[in-house]
Amino acid sequence: MAEIQNYTLNFGPQHPAAHGVLRLVLEMDGEVIQKADPHVGLLHRATEKLAESKPYNQSIGYMDRLDYVSMMCNEHSYVLAIEKLLGIEAPERAQYIRVMFDEITRILNHLMWLGAHGLDIGAMTMFLYCFREREDLMDLYEAVSGTRMHATYYRPGGVYRDLPDSMPKYQESKFRKKKDLDRLNAAREGSMLDFIERFTDKFPGCIDEYETLLTDNRIWKQRTVNIAVVSPERAMQLGFSGPMLRGSGVEWDLRKKQPYEVYDRMDFDIPVGVNGDCYDRYLVRVEEMRQSTRIIRQCVAWLRENEGPVMLDDHKLVAPTRVEMKDDMESLIHHFKLFTEGYCVPAGEAYAAIEHPKGEFGVYIVSDGANKPFRVKIRAAGFAHLSAMAEMVEGHMLADVVAVIGTQDIVFGEVDR
Amino acid sequence: MSDRYETLAARIEERFEEQVTRVDSTCGELTYEVAKSDLIEVATAFRNEGEFGFEMLMDVCGVDYQGFGSDEWNTKDATGTGFSRGVERKPVILDESDEFDARRFAVVYHLLSLQHNHRVRLRVFTGTDNPPVVKSVVDIWNGANWFERETFDLFGVLFEGHPDLRRILTDYGFIGHPFRKDFPLVGNVEVSYDDEKGRVAYKPVSIEERTLVPRVIRDDNRYSADLKDRTDG
Repeated sequence: MAEIQNYTLNFGPQHPAAHGVLRLVLEMDGEVIQKADPHVGLLHRATEKLAESKPYNQSIGYMDRLDYVSMMCNEHSYVLAIEKLLGIEAPERAQYIRVMFDEITRILNHLMWLGAHGLDIGAMTMFLYCFREREDLMDLYEAVSGTRMHATYYRPGGVYRDLPDSMPKYQESKFRKKKDLDRLNAAREGSMLDFIERFTDKFPGCIDEYETLLTDNRIWKQRTVNIAVVSPERAMQLGFSGPMLRGSGVEWDLRKKQPYEVYDRMDFDIPVGVNGDCYDRYLVRVEEMRQSTRIIRQCVAWLRENEGPVMLDDHKLVAPTRVEMKDDMESLIHHFKLFTEGYCVPAGEAYAAIEHPKGEFGVYIVSDGANKPFRVKIRAAGFAHLSAMAEMVEGHMLADVVAVIGTQDIVFGEVDR
Repeated sequence: MSDRYETLAARIEERFEEQVTRVDSTCGELTYEVAKSDLIEVATAFRNEGEFGFEMLMDVCGVDYQGFGSDEWNTKDATGTGFSRGVERKPVILDESDEFDARRFAVVYHLLSLQHNHRVRLRVFTGTDNPPVVKSVVDIWNGANWFERETFDLFGVLFEGHPDLRRILTDYGFIGHPFRKDFPLVGNVEVSYDDEKGRVAYKPVSIEERTLVPRVIRDDNRYSADLKDRTDG
């Protein structure tokens, strides 16, 4: 009988569990992985090069499309880098709105992750549960920016507009009768802040539901406990950040350690793992959702009390309102200049990092004083995490590869850029 | 710049003296320029010596400084025909035998110290070599592996001692290094299904590159340091 040798298995790029377009070339000994070689770049759009050819503000929309499940956080980092170069700071109310939406985005991201991770390793119901709550948050995106996903809401100098006074309501259709409508619209009667508050009341209960399904579930534990263990030393060596680093027991969170915006006024805790396996990273992310809910509540309370501008009043950087623009010659000129040429940013370089749901998301901008960036570099957390894939899956079974892809929370929009 | 960073800067300058040059940074961040030959020594010290303790390498990226500070519109003075409009493109002819300008390609490292909560940025110019080469830091920070592959792919900077320097983001069989400033934004080739060959095939790009918004550099007194102080006071 011929000796059985290792064989090579191609996984993806169009595999449902590959979370997008990951191609893995796996060298297998039976069902055990000997070597993994991830091939990325199938979604490469050269965002950074595109940004070099446009005025600063026109690239904000591209940032949404990087990590397309945590849109506003990407924008945040880009906008912060520009603000750093310009030496400006958003008004206080805008900072609170940004923090609130960062946390809403974190929940959005973690819900997507939890649903997909669950589905990948056999928990179908999770997907449905998570998407139920995601819908409410998507509605918030829509209410505030007009789009459900690619918001382009943060701008250098603040946010595009203040929070709306009302939530959009469902309308009657062939498929939705009065009774359903009343139920669906019940939460949408008040202002947007009422809707958010109601969500934060309800959401911890939802997390309890997820946890009932998974945390003590025997199958879930068999699939995640002691899978892809990363020691804290290795995690640092490999450039991990965010929940991947905290899952290994390193207490590091940019929101606490290098606070930006108004995070230093927020009361929240950093969850950390102990063993550094997939199960711990799951627990860390679930706890992060609870902490995010806490932060959102604090922001809602502040935003209710305090009115104020949400944009700087500097028409060299920020476009005047439509009314001003049609009323006043000088505003018209500012408007025209901003939308044709943009604004020039002083020469220099800045790196702005934020605690993105996936880890440290940094934007490095080199400016030579022009109206377009000279170089933009996006530091995506997923890129560093995926580069450790080979190390994490080695010696595990084929089925565990899926668990590792899930636990890394990979989104190809940001890995490939 | 905060005091904490000043103390760190003083310590770095005392330890490395001639090896590092502080770069003026407008945004309160520490940036050092390191000679190519000193990179490994400085990086190792940054990682291993307790007072620096940069145990994490957050990012490695390339920068192509060709055309830094140049604009496409004359904004200083009007000519007899008025300001220029539209941008004329000059064809770029690549000469592989050429030496590069010594300050054309740079590799930038962003370091982070968790224990001291510090960040620092190192910049290394690759010099006149064509292709540009720097030493790899993979042995110091293992996480540099993919970041260096990316820099190689996009800028064509070679990393000496890298275990697996392959392209990472571009297509299999891609030619050129797309993030160099002399690489056109629209690319050189496009793909489409070829009926005769019965497969997807490459052909020269059919669209023309246009500049929608020209690069403009304007003198802006608001950012000059001495004026700023006067308005604050």
